[in-house]
Amino acid sequence: MSAVHPDTIQQLRQEILLREGLRPPSAAAVDMGLGPVAAAFPQGVFPTGAMHELLSDGPEGAAAGGAWVAALIGRLMVGEGACVWIGPRGTFYPPALKAYGVEPDRVVFVDIRKEKEGLWAIEEALKCEGLAAVVGEISEVSFLASRRFQLAVEQSRVTGFLLRDRPRNRQPIATVARWQITPLPGGLAAPSMPGVGFARWNVELLRMRGGQPGRWEMEWREGRMRQVEGVEGVEGALPVRKGEVHRKTG
Amino acid sequence: MTIRRPALRDIAFVLAVPDHGRKVITGVNSIARNEGIDSGMAVADARVLYPTLEVIDEPPGLAARLLRALAVWCIRYSPVTAIDAPDGLLLETTGCDHLWGGEEAYLTQILYRLRANGYDVRGGMADTIGAAWAVARYSMSARGSGQGASIVPRGQATAAMLELPPAALRLAPDLVDRLQKLGLIRIGPVVRIQRRALQRRLGPELLLRLDQAFGIEEEPLLPVQPVLPYHERLPCLEPIGTTGGVAIGLERLLDMLCGRLQRDGKGLREAVFKAWRIDGRLMQAQIGTNRGSNHAPHLFRLFEEKIRGFEPGPGIELFTIDAPKTEDVSPLQKTLWTGACGPDDPRLSELVDRISNKLGAGLIHRYLPAEHYWPERAYAPARGFDDAPASVWPSDRPRPIRLLSIPERIEVAAPIPDYPPMHFRHHNTLHKIVRADGPERIEQEWWIDRAQHRDYYVVEDETGARYWLFRSGHYTGDHSNQWYLHGFFS
Repeated sequence: MSAVHPDTIQQLRQEILLREGLRPPSAAAVDMGLGPVAAAFPQGVFPTGAMHELLSDGPEGAAAGGAWVAALIGRLMVGEGACVWIGPRGTFYPPALKAYGVEPDRVVFVDIRKEKEGLWAIEEALKCEGLAAVVGEISEVSFLASRRFQLAVEQSRVTGFLLRDRPRNRQPIATVARWQITPLPGGLAAPSMPGVGFARWNVELLRMRGGQPGRWEMEWREGRMRQVEGVEGVEGALPVRKGEVHRKTG
Repeated sequence: MTIRRPALRDIAFVLAVPDHGRKVITGVNSIARNEGIDSGMAVADARVLYPTLEVIDEPPGLAARLLRALAVWCIRYSPVTAIDAPDGLLLETTGCDHLWGGEEAYLTQILYRLRANGYDVRGGMADTIGAAWAVARYSMSARGSGQGASIVPRGQATAAMLELPPAALRLAPDLVDRLQKLGLIRIGPVVRIQRRALQRRLGPELLLRLDQAFGIEEEPLLPVQPVLPYHERLPCLEPIGTTGGVAIGLERLLDMLCGRLQRDGKGLREAVFKAWRIDGRLMQAQIGTNRGSNHAPHLFRLFEEKIRGFEPGPGIELFTIDAPKTEDVSPLQKTLWTGACGPDDPRLSELVDRISNKLGAGLIHRYLPAEHYWPERAYAPARGFDDAPASVWPSDRPRPIRLLSIPERIEVAAPIPDYPPMHFRHHNTLHKIVRADGPERIEQEWWIDRAQHRDYYVVEDETGARYWLFRSGHYTGDHSNQWYLHGFFS
């Protein structure tokens, strides 16, 4: 077998990513401040202009997922950006977004009453070029709907997040990444200290198109995301429980 | 009346309506008036004066209908035409008279046209409604000369009024009688009396009417047809019978309207599109925008959803579009906008328009900080999309990312007063509290509500889930206070 030129392989990889709905990162890629998690993304850059979904199992997990998204959109909205947050009325508390670097007055909240309305509103928002991010709190998203979202963001380059709390249907949908964020105890600098401490999460990347799924322990500390100290040994290599990885095959 | 029945032209006749078992005269023609008959008399009394008097029953509501039709007809002379019941019309002539070559020619023309149609009219023109009303009815020149037009030159309304009788002030009849009894047969002496004395003895109405006549008090006109500066119409040569045709009509109208709006630097906030069918049915669609827009493709998209229900039926003969609400807008940037869009970007406001037109208004909010410690009141919806926060968002206290709009009751076991609980039960799940922060006492603002204060604790259970709990009110000892779950920390 003749030796294949490494450039050719690189080129082919790029092409595959493009066909999967991921564009090669531009020069002006945003630093998401995710530290070790970035290694899981294709070419080490957080995929903007794509759909991400976050699963949760109850309000506690939904709060953790919401905070994770807030931290991400805080980075995406740097400068003049605006964000549209679509969900049932009064679940998220706007003033709390400030703690994650989001100016709450730059977020437009759309209250929805029915899931069908939510799907329509999310798609319309995703088509709006120039938005930093669109967050949709919606549990049930069919594959067809997710495909429409994906097509919309490929056109408009908006980053979309779907917060899916207790979804009935956990089949893979057409998103580039599937996350699950769960709270972890003990965000204290030392175990003997009183109080609750920093928000600490178990971040699982269950699916990543063109990337490497993984699990990390992260905490929100002094306005930025950090990996929990003392567990470096398992960084990035924490085994993902079997059966939770849905990778597209074929 | 004389037009329909020419025979009446040369005889005295009156219109009468039944009132309390007798017939009262409501309208008199000039021949009858010369015989001493006036409106308000009973028909029987009038017959005594003039036995061959022709009495015609007045159809109910005729006068009002006629007056309204005349007011609409007068719109050709001035866009602001108001009805002054029971027998007058008011026209705002500012900026209209020069089209007819001056005030005199203008008024003469109106009166001439009305008289040519058989109406017995008098006209007056002055700076104020009150003065114009007075000179039209009581001025000597209006009564005496055949012209019946009296014009008070600018700034001389007061002087002209002083010579007229008090009845020219549009007063109630009994007030006119009292003035008459007091010997005040001209307005001049009335004005010279101290205002306080007038107020005490004759009531506030007289003072109000005087002020209105002299232009001290503002008096509004209520136009018969509201003036819509932005109105476009598209008559169709052939009736439109397809929905595609409706869309084309809408597009053409929007182009016309938006062109005008752009020239004037305006944007519409509300628009009504109407389709008039041949069979007299009217179909209409209304849209609203959250910020003035004169962007035709965007407005077309907003209408697109609504005009789907239009049934052309036998055909549509006329399309109209109105913009009842407009506002000034800064000219749109012509270059393609590629950067990030902030809250004031037109693309975002167009998205908001699309969503609120489809799902209904009141669902889209932008929040601004409100200076309250009470968590539910710490933010308030912004009124407009251009509102900037008046204060900074506080971030010094821990606030949960998910807040329950109504705090949920929980059962707790707290060891000692002012300590966080050991465990709590929520939705039949027992949460054992491992770590806790607090309390943070948040007092109810007494000027808004008088409920009990809350002592908040941030707690973490053994799985690492973090909650915001509070106890309502003080610890009293003998009865346990209610604890609530209010939010979820990330």
